[in-house]
Amino acid sequence: MAPSAPSINSTMSSRMATPRPSSYRYKSEKRGMTYNIMLVGQSGLGRRTFLNTLCEREVISPPDAPNPETANVADPMRFDTYEVNLEEEGTRISLTVIDTPGFGDGLNNTDCFKQLQDYIEAQFDEVLVEESRIKRNRRYRDHRIHTLIYFITPTGHSLRELDIELIRRLGEYVNIIPVIGRADSLTVEELATFKQNVMRDIDYYKLPLYNFCWDESDSEALKENREIMDYTPFSVVTCDEVIDNEFGAVRVRRYPWGSIEVDDEGQCDFALLRYILLNSHIADLINFTEDVLYENYRTKKLEVGGFAEGEGGDEEDDDEEDEQVLSTSKKD
Amino acid sequence: MSAPANDVQDYVGFDTITQQMERKFLKRGFNLNVILVGESGMGKSTLVNSIFASHLIDTQGRRAAQEVIRKTTEIAPVTQMLEENGVRVKLTIVDTPGFGDQCNNEGCWVPVIKYIKDQHAAYLERELKPNRERIIVDTRVHACLYFLNPGSRGLRPLDVEVLKRLTEVTNVIPVIAKSDSMTIEERTAFKRHIKEELAFHRIMLFPYASDDDADDDRVLNASIRELIPFAVVGSEEVIEVEGKLIRGRRHGWGVINIFDETHSDFVHLRNFMLRTHLSDLIEVTSQRHYEQFRTSQLRQIKELRAQQAAAAASGGAPPVPTQAQPQVPISVMQHQPMAQV
Repeated sequence: MAPSAPSINSTMSSRMATPRPSSYRYKSEKRGMTYNIMLVGQSGLGRRTFLNTLCEREVISPPDAPNPETANVADPMRFDTYEVNLEEEGTRISLTVIDTPGFGDGLNNTDCFKQLQDYIEAQFDEVLVEESRIKRNRRYRDHRIHTLIYFITPTGHSLRELDIELIRRLGEYVNIIPVIGRADSLTVEELATFKQNVMRDIDYYKLPLYNFCWDESDSEALKENREIMDYTPFSVVTCDEVIDNEFGAVRVRRYPWGSIEVDDEGQCDFALLRYILLNSHIADLINFTEDVLYENYRTKKLEVGGFAEGEGGDEEDDDEEDEQVLSTSKKD
Repeated sequence: MSAPANDVQDYVGFDTITQQMERKFLKRGFNLNVILVGESGMGKSTLVNSIFASHLIDTQGRRAAQEVIRKTTEIAPVTQMLEENGVRVKLTIVDTPGFGDQCNNEGCWVPVIKYIKDQHAAYLERELKPNRERIIVDTRVHACLYFLNPGSRGLRPLDVEVLKRLTEVTNVIPVIAKSDSMTIEERTAFKRHIKEELAFHRIMLFPYASDDDADDDRVLNASIRELIPFAVVGSEEVIEVEGKLIRGRRHGWGVINIFDETHSDFVHLRNFMLRTHLSDLIEVTSQRHYEQFRTSQLRQIKELRAQQAAAAASGGAPPVPTQAQPQVPISVMQHQPMAQV
């Protein structure tokens, strides 16, 4: 009987007693840390400018003008991959970002969740196969998604059905960090109320977000992580426009009534989120994906029989060898 | 004795009809019915409360976690009497909570279209009664504010589907209610794309070209069409800025005054709806949308009765109607002389 997915927020510390060194965290001095982020959200919430602002360069250029002929037809969801090499405080990061335009933009969006789940699982499956090869590929690139940034519409009310379904369906496969896109449409009070309402919904529906506090061993870090969780969901304002002022180049959104600087921590949580994603918590996010989410998936898959002993896979010799390796390792 | 005063009386006095009509109107008052269509959180209730400068409706958005997520579009009309300088209006705002809020929004417009058609049907039924009321209560929808999503670059598939259907039954005014997260360039580009898409999909908005009677009407309507969709910001809050009280929103980086024309199209929308085109909205509803509905209904009834007559003449059972049933019950039609149909 397959074990049910463990509640992510409760038993993690016990499962994490001894983090297993992953042979696939291929940290090469040349290539940098492999880090994969997925961006999910309806169009118009700022995914593209988020990526550009995160990487401090135009990774995705502005799209062409929409074609009036196809306004009534939703584009099917795509998985667009962008690779960027970053250097953050001396650490090189080989960042891959997967954008998912088309999510939630159609009349009927119930298919989107399955597509996302299939994609994430496919990356796990690749590693599963790779791990069990006798001759492993030294140059193997890990495509497992370490973080999913989910963009919430700034309604000011609380979560919508689409938001709840997404987090509920995908939380067991990937670290989900919710952000409020276009947060400049909310006043300070509205933002505070909205964050509160969203977190109440998260609790009420027991939605599995990434728990910053999963590692309870370091009490200092735990305290810091509790404070970070108070910011959730992170309010995000991003843009392409860069201007020069007395402090150098800054990204701003300019309105007739004033300008908002994207990096200003008093105006939005982008700077904090960026630091978390690319500096302070990058190791945590990768570790949790590899050591918990992936391991849970692997256990479920093997017990259910995706790679069961002596079953199927007779097409190639490789597969037979892999099965033998798997069955011997299970006897350990 | 002085010379007799002139008594030719060239001035007839029919020009006082405007005052007579005004007096009648003041006594009677009028009905105004506005429907709001858009996803929750688009700023519908705030905008309508701002336009009429009173707290008419509460937001229907889900706030508490225990509130159930709506599975269908509900129709929630709220009626209030407003008065200004002796003129009374019975204002009905119809909110549509649940519209566009689900993962699967196919058909979410059906309750909205049905509501609008039901009001036409109710009016027709009253009109066709042999002993009808002197003044028929008008619940027909005079204007539909359709809320577009700021941030989208143009119409979404849901918008196209719904706007096509809405514009067939009522006057539609598209607005972007929370436009304070769009820069001026973004707004301009958005409006341009929307206009192209509306033209391509042949979606006809109020004011219609046929209403351009006089030259100044044409000029005014052209300037309205330039602005559509209206990029507005609504607010029920009064805030103080440098000693002055304004109605607006205070952000960390600036204060928005909803009446400032450089900040939003709010003033233009309000003037359009209430100060220049209010009587047009009501008249066009009656003359265009209601008439279209009435014509198609009466035609259906006529065909149905012809089929029934033919079946009766040939001695067979009345045929099962193959096309849509007319909404107005045929019994009301009994005394209607066929010649008029």
